[in-house]
Amino acid sequence: MSLPLVVFLPFLGALAAPLFAQGGRTAIAIASSVPALIGLVALFPHWETVAAGGTVLHSYEWLPAIGLSFSFRLDGLALLFALLILIIGLLIILYARYYLKKYENIGKFYALLLCFKGSMLGIVLSGNLLLMMIFWELTSLTSFLLISFWNHKQGARRGARMALAVTGGGGLALLAGILIIGNIVGSFELDTVLAAGDQIKAHAMYPVALTLVLLGAFTKSAQFPFHFWLPHAMEAPTPVSAYLHSATMVKAGVFLMARLYPALAGTDQWFYMVSFTGMATLLVGAYVAMFKHDLKGLLAHSTVSHLGLITLLFGMGTKLAAVAAVFHIINHATFKASLFMAAGIIDHETGTRDMRRINGLWRYMPHTATLAMVAASSMAGVPLLNGFLSKEMFFAESLQLNLPGVIAWLPPIVATLAGIFAVAYSARFIHDVFFNGKPVNLPVYPPHEPPRYMKIPVEILVFACLMVGMFPAFSVGPLLYSASFATLGGEVPDYKLALMHGFNLPLMMSIAAFVGGLIMYTQRHKFFAFHARFREIDEKAVFASVVSRIVDLAHRFTANVENGSLQRYGMLLVVSVIGVAMVPLASLGVFVGESGLSPVDWPTGIAAAVLIVSALATAFCHRERFMALVLLSVVGLIVALGFARFSAPDLAMTQLSVEVVTIVLLMLALYYMPSWTPRDSLAGRRLRDVVLAAITGIGMTLVTLAMLTQPFSSISEFFLENSKSGGGGTNVVNVILVDFRGFDTLGEITVLAIAALGIYALLKDTALTPPPSDGQGHAWTRDAHPLMLKQLARPLLPLALMVSAYIFLRGHNLPGGGFIAGLITSIALLVQYIATGLVPTQDRIRFKYHNVIGLGLLFATIAGAGSLAFGHPFLTSTFEYLKWPVVGKFEVASALIFDLGVYLAVIGATLLALVSIGRLSPHSAIKSPRGKS
Amino acid sequence: MNHWLTAPILIPLLGGILQTFMGYAPMPLRRTLAVATTVLLVAASLILLSMADDGSYRVYAFGNWQPPFGIVLVLDRLAAFMVVMTSVLALFCHLFSLGGADEGNRQFHTLFLFQIMGLNIAFLTGDLFNLFVAFEVLLIASYGLLMHGGGTARTVPGLHYVVLNLIGSAIFLISVGMIYSVTGTLNMADLAVKVPQVTGENLQIVKAGGMMLLIVFALKAAILPLCFWLPRAYANATAPVAALFAVMTKVGIYAIIRVYLLIFGDNAGELANLGMDWLFPLALITLAMGVIGALGADNLRSLIAWQVIISVGTLLAPIALGSREGISAALFYMLSTTWTVAGLFLVATLIANHRGSAGDRIITAPKMHHRTFLSVLFLIGAVAAAGLPPLSGFFGKVLILQSVEPGTNMAWLWSVVLIGSFLTLVAYSRAGSIVFWRTVDGHLNAPDRLSGTTAVAAGAMTALSIVIVALAGPINEYTDATAAQLLDPSAYLEILKAPMVGEDN
Amino acid sequence: MELVFALVIGTLTATGVYLLLRARTFPVVMGLTLLSYGVNLFLFSSGRLATGQQPILGSTESYADPLPQALVLTAIVIGFAMTAFLVVMSLRNLADNDDDHVDGKQPKRPTEDHKQEEEARGK
Repeated sequence: MSLPLVVFLPFLGALAAPLFAQGGRTAIAIASSVPALIGLVALFPHWETVAAGGTVLHSYEWLPAIGLSFSFRLDGLALLFALLILIIGLLIILYARYYLKKYENIGKFYALLLCFKGSMLGIVLSGNLLLMMIFWELTSLTSFLLISFWNHKQGARRGARMALAVTGGGGLALLAGILIIGNIVGSFELDTVLAAGDQIKAHAMYPVALTLVLLGAFTKSAQFPFHFWLPHAMEAPTPVSAYLHSATMVKAGVFLMARLYPALAGTDQWFYMVSFTGMATLLVGAYVAMFKHDLKGLLAHSTVSHLGLITLLFGMGTKLAAVAAVFHIINHATFKASLFMAAGIIDHETGTRDMRRINGLWRYMPHTATLAMVAASSMAGVPLLNGFLSKEMFFAESLQLNLPGVIAWLPPIVATLAGIFAVAYSARFIHDVFFNGKPVNLPVYPPHEPPRYMKIPVEILVFACLMVGMFPAFSVGPLLYSASFATLGGEVPDYKLALMHGFNLPLMMSIAAFVGGLIMYTQRHKFFAFHARFREIDEKAVFASVVSRIVDLAHRFTANVENGSLQRYGMLLVVSVIGVAMVPLASLGVFVGESGLSPVDWPTGIAAAVLIVSALATAFCHRERFMALVLLSVVGLIVALGFARFSAPDLAMTQLSVEVVTIVLLMLALYYMPSWTPRDSLAGRRLRDVVLAAITGIGMTLVTLAMLTQPFSSISEFFLENSKSGGGGTNVVNVILVDFRGFDTLGEITVLAIAALGIYALLKDTALTPPPSDGQGHAWTRDAHPLMLKQLARPLLPLALMVSAYIFLRGHNLPGGGFIAGLITSIALLVQYIATGLVPTQDRIRFKYHNVIGLGLLFATIAGAGSLAFGHPFLTSTFEYLKWPVVGKFEVASALIFDLGVYLAVIGATLLALVSIGRLSPHSAIKSPRGKS
Repeated sequence: MNHWLTAPILIPLLGGILQTFMGYAPMPLRRTLAVATTVLLVAASLILLSMADDGSYRVYAFGNWQPPFGIVLVLDRLAAFMVVMTSVLALFCHLFSLGGADEGNRQFHTLFLFQIMGLNIAFLTGDLFNLFVAFEVLLIASYGLLMHGGGTARTVPGLHYVVLNLIGSAIFLISVGMIYSVTGTLNMADLAVKVPQVTGENLQIVKAGGMMLLIVFALKAAILPLCFWLPRAYANATAPVAALFAVMTKVGIYAIIRVYLLIFGDNAGELANLGMDWLFPLALITLAMGVIGALGADNLRSLIAWQVIISVGTLLAPIALGSREGISAALFYMLSTTWTVAGLFLVATLIANHRGSAGDRIITAPKMHHRTFLSVLFLIGAVAAAGLPPLSGFFGKVLILQSVEPGTNMAWLWSVVLIGSFLTLVAYSRAGSIVFWRTVDGHLNAPDRLSGTTAVAAGAMTALSIVIVALAGPINEYTDATAAQLLDPSAYLEILKAPMVGEDN
Repeated sequence: MELVFALVIGTLTATGVYLLLRARTFPVVMGLTLLSYGVNLFLFSSGRLATGQQPILGSTESYADPLPQALVLTAIVIGFAMTAFLVVMSLRNLADNDDDHVDGKQPKRPTEDHKQEEEARGK
């Protein structure tokens, strides 16, 4: 239980920390150090096991499907890192307490810092690679937020985004790599993976997996060529830099290499990729560090270089090299953290980090100076300091590589060269800052020592440097051993931690490095002149411009594809239909099935001919809109006749009545619209559309032909048999509509209702002024409501109502039914509107169409729900035979109520829609008292 | 016969009818009733979920007519899953709308409820033509909702949306006609029985019909090249509507899963796995297009609209491959992405309301109000959407990545998905840092105050991503079971033998 | 007969599609109407063509397939609703952009055709 606690306490702390922000910096600093303290206490009892080379494992199930579990695992390596993270974390909290200004958002700062610490601990303590992956990306996110803490600075924002892009992107590669490893091993549990090293290395996917994993590690650890993000992350507040970019985040990459060392290392690919990347980074970092005038810039690049050193050591593949790498991780963390803090203090006290201005601080802050100088010497690898020990081991190892021919000399030379640079920039750090004349117009003058407690963290770290440097075996011996034991997965080579290994080649190399470094520093002006020849490139600017170029490209591409042209989208739709239907239809060809063709009778033939001609004509002269509309109505009429001809009386009636309403609708629309369509599309596009249209037409013809001439049986027998007995009606179509498939009809009238409501909403506050005259320039008639029509309309209404009642009642047995009846009624009412105008009719009709619609839906629903009472499913119909004096014997089916619903819904919807359109024009839009129907 | 099955349809229907009558009732009353309806709906859908979880199929025969003759509702794990996903989404969108988005048009709640009704019919129906009707119900409602809120900005996108979907409906009818003309039935189970027996020329007709049906669903799901209607329409819709529409594309995906696993599944003989070989590459291209669009977006809403397209591509790739793991992963990811994207739409609108004239455009502007709260919400949404740990999107993507067998498909899927997520990450970090951090001095003229309901709704919607992570285990078990159920359609066919009321079976 | 019917459907579809791809709302509406005529006829004919066999029990001895008829009836109604909505959308478009182009307001660019228009008007 203790391990998850260690990981999750910081996150809880992050939630709690902001609450203490009110209490001031001290309060919040104390509050936020609690998780780390508890964490240390919780880890302590495990020391015995770990020191003996054992591992502690706490595992809980989470998402077995992807092999993800809450398993936490502690061994030497994990412990070493956990201690670094927790202890340095504590020091940072104390340091930040004095670094941050009162007015800054300390709540946010500490919360983020704790989140980061938690994620970091998660990485090192995870016993499951996927779980580690999660924390890995979390560090990318939290560091993004920490780097951009001063988000009002452009530099901070860009630096943060760059860091996120590089490390986050690397994380995705790592994810892929881990998934592959998981596929190979069949588990993500660390124990299993580490045990399956040979299996992984033997697998065909190993090269891919390794490359991806290393991508993740290199991006995180700022290895060349991904090193550029790290220096720009220095825009962060110095505590953040000291924590993330010396001790923790950048170490995650090397941790990963150490962690997976048993599983992945030991192959040629590993050797070449890792060691050469390391070498390159080592050199590049060291070289650039020399020329940075910014204090933190120098430290950042030296960090890059040291990370390269560690990587190189891991790459060498010898056991001792791995030990040296682990050792250097400890040493670098201590001296680099203290150096960053010192730099922060100097920045804090002088107001600048420019080494050309900061000189001779020894006079003003001797205490800080001493600390910084010790740490810097350790960075340079001065004897009696911890940096020296691991560097010696490094030199020794660089000689052990058995490379072919001349290349064998490469590592030692590179190592020495880097050593020279290291000495040089360390010397510069010491001499430029603390001696070398007087300070040059500092923003804060005179500088003086920082608050007492701000130095304590530095002192502790520097003390550590000395302890390790002088009594290595005593101070870090056991820890280093157990860490190396875990890294190497067992047998640790015998190495001895001594101040001197006698007078040997490595020592020569160190001495060379020193002499060379000091010479280089004294001759620095020549080097600076040389370096000045090259133009300084600002990666931030490059990154920003690259991103903006990508964004720009994407934007232009999108604008070209998604250009907001309906004609194109429609074309795409048609083309895709043709594309998918082409193949089967082509293989179908002109096919006439077994039932063959039946003879054409003259009337039908002629009607068909007329239809075809008028359809073509509609398309041809669609730019004369009124003309086209007339032709269109002819088509609709013949379609209705066609239904009648082919024994579908209900359809015929429906089509006819719908036709009338539709045409009225279109006429109304045309009243507002220009009556003439300009020719927008050029000849090319018109041709294209003609071709597309022709293809679809031919396709449909072929399908229909094949379809109609194939013998066929359907489920409809059932309807014919059960219509009378089960549905209580002889008009099978109607019985299907209100009974067998009544649910469709319910949906259908709902659609109608919604359409009407939508239309009403759409036009509620829209006004349109119709053009003064029709297309041919004839003005509209003055006489709005011709007398004759008025006279005709009045008696028409009751008549129409009777007719529709009749049609409605007989619907169940003979052609007719609620829908047709409804349309007839609405047409009759429409005539009233046309004849006598909106307002008077509105006053005669004393109900709101919304309610009619609602009533219709309600009736239909209730009719359906009635059956629930009898334990029958929704829409089950019952019917009763009645004798009415006049009408005679007929049955009332519960379906009749349903049909009544349909009737009402249709009336309400149709009229609401058309009236809303009618009200559009300001002329007719004299709002009647209750006009807002 | 289990009447619960009708609840997800009848509750919104009655609620909607009630709203039509109350066009002039006082706003608070209407709001209370409307939200009460959605709350009821959530409860009902959870009950359905618990029922469906036993893995059996439940049938509801309207009018007590034996399938294939009458219309049936069929409840299985998938249907219940979709219904729950939708109703939860609807609840939060509805809550958000109370912040004022529902004003200015008396029909809002009516349309909103009818929209949900249409969605639920589509998820539950077992009849092909009834599926068409369901589509029409939810479409016509969506037309109304899309145009809700006035202004001229949404007219043209709305017009495009309407026209394209009307063509889509025509194609749907043609395909139904083709299929009926050969099989003589409309019930999906019955079709699954009849389609394998089709031979000769009829085969070509059914094939054409099936492929055209796929086009219709592809249009709904916004698959390239039929996805271009979406960005502007969604980016211009009112917040709760855009958020609700996050589920609209999923209806198309649902239909593809349902129809092409049941009717044109492995057992469909000549027509087995119809069109799936087309779908995989298209899905990947759609994903890529979405990423490009997201990168190029110049305001938050269209960035999120493109995110919808990204998720469509990500979803369809594993579905097209059709493995059990793939489908399960897709369902898990669907849940995550639908809720996340909806949440982002809500958040983006809140952001727009607090940046004065800058709105949600990705440009420098004066420091916005409520920056911390909104930026945290946006961060959660963005992380979940980009598929970064520790939020739900990451688990969905990992499930999807793991679901493919090694081979070329895997190489393609992995590289597209991973590079895609990387670029999305870039897009979101750019957008976020500009919108929240790159500020200039100057004051905003009269920003709207952050109303409680909207804040809560948006917050809860985004927080769902965390809930999914917490429940990842159970959810994944459910989707696994769902996928297994889907890949064994034989049990589905049993519904044809379901006893009717009054029959003694 | 079947061939004639097929040709009719083909023509309706073709003309409908052509008009749907036009740049102004009104032709699009008409195109949609034509297309839906074609589609309805097609769906109707999926039950095969029958003469004098209206599915009214007792009126004849053999009946046409009633199911497609019912489907078409539903389709007609829905089509009607959709057409109405589309018409209103185009009116709204006209009102908002005072231009009935499907893509809203268009920059007035005098193309060849426009010149022709002017001449045509002039005469």
